[in-house]
Amino acid sequence: MKRFEPYVFLRELATRWDVLAFIVVMGLIVFMAETSRGLFAPLSQLSASPLSLDPVHLPEYAARTTFRMLVGLVLSLVFTLTYATWAAKSERAGKLLVPILDILQSVPILGFLSITVVFFLSLAPGRVLGAEFASIFVIFTSQAWNMAFSFYQSLRTVPTELMEAAESFRLSPWMRFWQLEVPFGMPALIWNMMLSMSGGWFFVVASEAVVVGHTTFALPGVGSYIALAIAQKNLVAIGWAIFTMLIVILAYDQLLFRPLVAWADRFRVEQEPGARIPASWALTMMRRSRVIGAATLAFHSAVLWTSRAIKRTEAPLVAAGPQSQKRSFDLVWVTLLVAAVILGLWHIVAVLIANTSLREALQVGGLALLTMLRVFILIGLASLIWVPIGVWVGMRPRAAQFVQPVAQFMAAFPANLLFPIAVFGIVTWKLNADIFLSPLMILGTQWYILFNVIAGASAIPAEMRYVAANFKVTGWLWWRKVALPAVLPFYVTGAITASGGSWNAAVVAELATWGDTEVRARGLGSYIAEATTAGDFHRIVLGIGTMSLFVVVINRLFWRPLYYYAERKYRLT
Amino acid sequence: MNNAPLLQCSDVRKAFPKPDGAELLVLEGMNLELREGQIVGLLGRSGSGKSTLLRLIAGLSEPTSGELRYLGSPIAGPAAGIAMVFQSFALFPWLSVFENVALGLEAQRMPRAEIRKRSLAAIDLIGLDGFESAYPRELSGGMRQRVGFARALVVQPKILLMDEPFSALDVLTAETLRTDFLDLWGEGRMPIKGVILVTHNIEEAVLMCDRILVFGSNPGRILSEIKVSLPQPRNRLDPSFRELVESIYVEMTTRPKGAAAGSRHERFPGLGIGSVLPQVSTNLLAGLMEAVAAMPFNGTADLPKIASDLQMEIDELFPVAETLQMLRFAELEGGDLKLTEDGMAFAHSEVDERKRIFLRHLLSYVPLAAHIRRVLDERASHSARKSRFIDELEDFMSEEAADKTLRAVVRWARYAEAFAYDDENAMFSLENPT
Repeated sequence: MKRFEPYVFLRELATRWDVLAFIVVMGLIVFMAETSRGLFAPLSQLSASPLSLDPVHLPEYAARTTFRMLVGLVLSLVFTLTYATWAAKSERAGKLLVPILDILQSVPILGFLSITVVFFLSLAPGRVLGAEFASIFVIFTSQAWNMAFSFYQSLRTVPTELMEAAESFRLSPWMRFWQLEVPFGMPALIWNMMLSMSGGWFFVVASEAVVVGHTTFALPGVGSYIALAIAQKNLVAIGWAIFTMLIVILAYDQLLFRPLVAWADRFRVEQEPGARIPASWALTMMRRSRVIGAATLAFHSAVLWTSRAIKRTEAPLVAAGPQSQKRSFDLVWVTLLVAAVILGLWHIVAVLIANTSLREALQVGGLALLTMLRVFILIGLASLIWVPIGVWVGMRPRAAQFVQPVAQFMAAFPANLLFPIAVFGIVTWKLNADIFLSPLMILGTQWYILFNVIAGASAIPAEMRYVAANFKVTGWLWWRKVALPAVLPFYVTGAITASGGSWNAAVVAELATWGDTEVRARGLGSYIAEATTAGDFHRIVLGIGTMSLFVVVINRLFWRPLYYYAERKYRLT
Repeated sequence: MNNAPLLQCSDVRKAFPKPDGAELLVLEGMNLELREGQIVGLLGRSGSGKSTLLRLIAGLSEPTSGELRYLGSPIAGPAAGIAMVFQSFALFPWLSVFENVALGLEAQRMPRAEIRKRSLAAIDLIGLDGFESAYPRELSGGMRQRVGFARALVVQPKILLMDEPFSALDVLTAETLRTDFLDLWGEGRMPIKGVILVTHNIEEAVLMCDRILVFGSNPGRILSEIKVSLPQPRNRLDPSFRELVESIYVEMTTRPKGAAAGSRHERFPGLGIGSVLPQVSTNLLAGLMEAVAAMPFNGTADLPKIASDLQMEIDELFPVAETLQMLRFAELEGGDLKLTEDGMAFAHSEVDERKRIFLRHLLSYVPLAAHIRRVLDERASHSARKSRFIDELEDFMSEEAADKTLRAVVRWARYAEAFAYDDENAMFSLENPT
């Protein structure tokens, strides 16, 4: 997977850089919340042209939603190419930048929304642009982190001899970046873009219709359409929206990502002959199209042209200057960091102490435990169901061929579109919300478990299966000694993704509405959601801080050690 | 012909800092001169610093002290007149053959037309005509390395550095490439004036080089310089060729006199606890002992002969032979490997007896094994954490070397049943696993 480095976990549990990173991230969030407080502005334009539930408008809404998605993706790409490069090239910066990325990854994305909405609206008061920014920023936060991680990892693992070749043929740093480092990181980056996208649909839908305190906006898009349908209790409209989304995601996959993956295959460094080359009809079409050909050629020329245009600087071999100079630089750097930490701590503590009480904090901790319980039970239940099915499917190539893309598609499909149907059921039959809202958290994320297990089961070498058959290893023994160990590393990867996604989904899943009826499950998710609706920034900060802390600690204490263990002991290579 | 040296290294020394502040010396007292028209071979085993020296010359890293001069001026960063061919080819898989070759010229911002002309000429020269638009993945190893050569030649270097360029190729392909290279060199059709070839293949060095510098390890340094004055093309079966190969084997296995002072004996330095142990499996040890004990060697084998019999390169053979020597199963002297009495006994025994002999030698001649055993014996629990020994070893060596050394000793101890090791809990113990 993408972001796990072979660290000894105890040492990694919490280095001072992690603590530092946590404080910096939280400090920034508090800062944004504080500065944008009281800068509420009505969005008259948006309410002037209200949304319509007429399905005729859906293509336009879908196009707008897709466009937001694309813009977010481009921003994420820009962020990746700069932030990750900085982190990888400067050891000093990397020490802090990488943990920051890790913490950012654990902050619930919808938590960002509640804070950034007001911030961005205040940048462009009263304009739709601000709302668009806020929505795009949420998409960005759902995509950027793991893309940056993947690129950072790639930059750190460029084969030494390729680096040496680039250097000895005297490529300038700029040329080396575009000719070696970016191409080398491309396959992993595109794979992560795909993962990001499939997570992103969920958030684009959630971020279009937003209520934060007195600020309400609904940007034209599929998400707002759904929100309106919920408010008007219109099940038919919800059906239309689901149908539209199916088509949009299918088109994205076929027209954008499949071609990209097939194209990126040429950047793979390992060149074993037998490997299957990913196919894409769209890529074949594009390759044959002159327009696309001209476009790629233009890009290639641009890279070469900029390489020529940028003045070549003879970089010194060893970047370090004299020892004393380096040390004084270090001193400045450390001083800056300490200042940032003190400032961040002061901000966080001051805001929290002034506005919340210890009792409230404890109560939030209790709610977090409730949500944690839900996530673990749900992951367990989903595993019980999907692991056997995944193994069964994975052992049968024909079935896998059919099921695998469906599972991947389901993972990409924004599960929140399906929420209203469930909520409608809960409201109609007056079911217990604490129990029946819970499955929604895992509705969209369980598929990660399924498709990873399928991938794992199909990767079991034929010889290993023959051995099992030869010695008549069957029944429970076969599951215990063959199937489960073989898929464990894949399963853990899937479960980590599912767990992270479920925490995020809690914010929308634990508090749902149908018309004017509100259904609520007790937990940290509904706490954050309520604080968001009320526009209570201190509670929002307390809520997302607690959630981030829980996610980080669970990752470090549970998932990461489990991942290393599975990788070390059960990875078939 | 100009008589100034193309390249001159004087008193070059290279050390890497270790985390504890000390330094790891990898190269010392390097003096080397490359003159026009020469191919100089750097011959030695992995870890002898020959690749490090090549990278210093290439300007890819800086010496800790000493000086490197190219055409009289100090080398600071990759020089325009020095190009390199890599062991793993180091081609960019996303660029076609033509683009790979053109890359170096592109970096020099040459006019497009000129790049095209020169690249095609280099591709033509090296025998890659018709492959211009192919991608590296579509080529065989030999063809890939030809691209590596074309890419190096196209920038018109004066010095060509070759880092084991043929070692990743199969025997037949490697020979073809060598011959083709020597033909081009002999006919003077390449722009290069001098070549430095890093290799661990003795025959390859004798076949190609005018001078051979034999490297020793720990730290890397030049042991001797051998002039090869055989006329080209050389014949491997020529008696004088064989004689030279044999003498280099002798040179590389001769132990210095008065080894107590410890300069060259450091291959297994004094054999304290802190010596780095080689990663050699007991199967290889047993296999070599059996081979030497059997006909036609009957206990004493000529190294070049057994190397070719077993199809092992010196890089593979030497560590095994030296481990046998360290365990006192064999003596390595004057190009011969001679089994000791116990070595012969081992070769002729059954499994259980072999294990007993091996255990005795392991505990007698590998202090680290004896040390671990003693600790386990003394403790009431008969168990100890891995970290305990790692910490001890790290006083003497890098973290990586400590880990490797411990792994080597575990391997041998498991075979000898000297003690057990549980990797999951990182624990040593005396018990056998249940």
